[in-house]
Amino acid sequence: MGLKTGKQVGLAALIAMAAPLVLAYSANGEVFELSSLANLYEGVSFDHDMHIEAVEDNCSLCHHHTAGTPPEDQMCIPCHKDSPEAESPACNSCHLIEPFSSANLSIIEKNPLLHHKMKPGLKAAFHQNCMGCHQETGGPVGCQDCHAMIEKGEKFYNTGQYAPKPGKGTGHH
Amino acid sequence: MKKLNRRNFIKGSLAGGIAAAAAAGKAKKALAAGGDFGGYPDSMGVLVDMTKCVGCRTCEAACNKEQGLPEPDKPFDDYSVFDEHRQGGLPRRTTEKAYTVVNRYNIDGREHPLFRKFQCNHCNEPACLTSCFVNAYTKTPEGAVIYNPKVCVGCRTCMIACPFYVPAYSYSSAINPVVKKCIMCYDTRLKFGRPPACVESCPQGVMTFGKRKDLIALAHEKIGENPGKYVDHLYGEHEVGGTSWMYLSDVPFEKIGFDMHLGKEPIISYVKDFLAIVPMVLCIWPALFTGFHLLSTRKQANKEEPPKA
Repeated sequence: MGLKTGKQVGLAALIAMAAPLVLAYSANGEVFELSSLANLYEGVSFDHDMHIEAVEDNCSLCHHHTAGTPPEDQMCIPCHKDSPEAESPACNSCHLIEPFSSANLSIIEKNPLLHHKMKPGLKAAFHQNCMGCHQETGGPVGCQDCHAMIEKGEKFYNTGQYAPKPGKGTGHH
Repeated sequence: MKKLNRRNFIKGSLAGGIAAAAAAGKAKKALAAGGDFGGYPDSMGVLVDMTKCVGCRTCEAACNKEQGLPEPDKPFDDYSVFDEHRQGGLPRRTTEKAYTVVNRYNIDGREHPLFRKFQCNHCNEPACLTSCFVNAYTKTPEGAVIYNPKVCVGCRTCMIACPFYVPAYSYSSAINPVVKKCIMCYDTRLKFGRPPACVESCPQGVMTFGKRKDLIALAHEKIGENPGKYVDHLYGEHEVGGTSWMYLSDVPFEKIGFDMHLGKEPIISYVKDFLAIVPMVLCIWPALFTGFHLLSTRKQANKEEPPKA
């Protein structure tokens, strides 16, 4: 029995309304659903636990110094060798979804002392960081190995069901 | 014919001298005004880091959609396009259907091929603009070199003038063929301060959008902070007077189709000194040669006058 039907429906509605707030970036156990950039492809199911094992607890391989471990790149050591764990080690706390928005560019302009002026955006950071390692370790490197293309992507790339019909070429270069 | 007495000689010399001085002054002003432009100070630009490009062609797809270009011959995730070559083994070029193309260069000793995105470089002092006699091109303060297809007469002089062979032509149109090229998404994005579609779409962050002068600093910083990684040259910083789109590479630029013999002078420099002298010449030479003619025929003219009684 439990709650009356009306209250059950009310509770369900409440949970349903809260869902969008967590879906954009949620952890399911320690598998992160990276979908804030999902547009032409599905979001990525990122198994964080598996990666912690893969790097043998060396967080800085992916998180630079923001997880509290000293960075790998020697160029970073002079400033960051004793850097503590950042407030949020998540990628999206530093790497923006829109790195070249006029808002962001004016922040850079107004802060001449800012050292990291042109950080890669979130999409670039994911690809550069992830694929760089995957290429060396034999991980997934193909586009669809990490995220399947959705119909919007097929339209964008003129592929799949939206591929140009064969023999339609103009013959021009 | 006036008699060449002392009075007339002095009058003539004074008049000629003033005319010559005026013309010379005008020419000097013209020469001075034709100084180097160097681009608008706050113009935007794009830095292309070719060490990051993996040849996914997302930028080509993004351009196609943003500019409303026709359907391509092959899907954008078809990489057999990298094997297409034109006469002479040249890689793909921009066309009326593709304002940007990515080409692959296989480099000995490099683990992966190098991919180069090719499109209009949006020069500070564009040769296309210089050569266009109907003034169809404009160098905008935002940095983009745009054109008005309605003004274009389809003469293709800009295609010859461009040192990078960028402008494409709508050969498919019989009635009204015009020139076609990348406009840095000016109408839909740059005007509003947003980066071009290709820059935003790139998954690898190959392209960085910002003020041209900041990008130059960033590029040299990257070269310095990654010793041995990049060739110590920012292509487009000085070439043909500077371009808004600049390139970093880990492979010598001449190996990947970049012309290293363009020099630092904008193309207009090869013609503007000559053109500035034209007004002066048109003023002085007629007067000068008329004077010579009259002087040399003076004797006959005097003989023809009937002797005064």
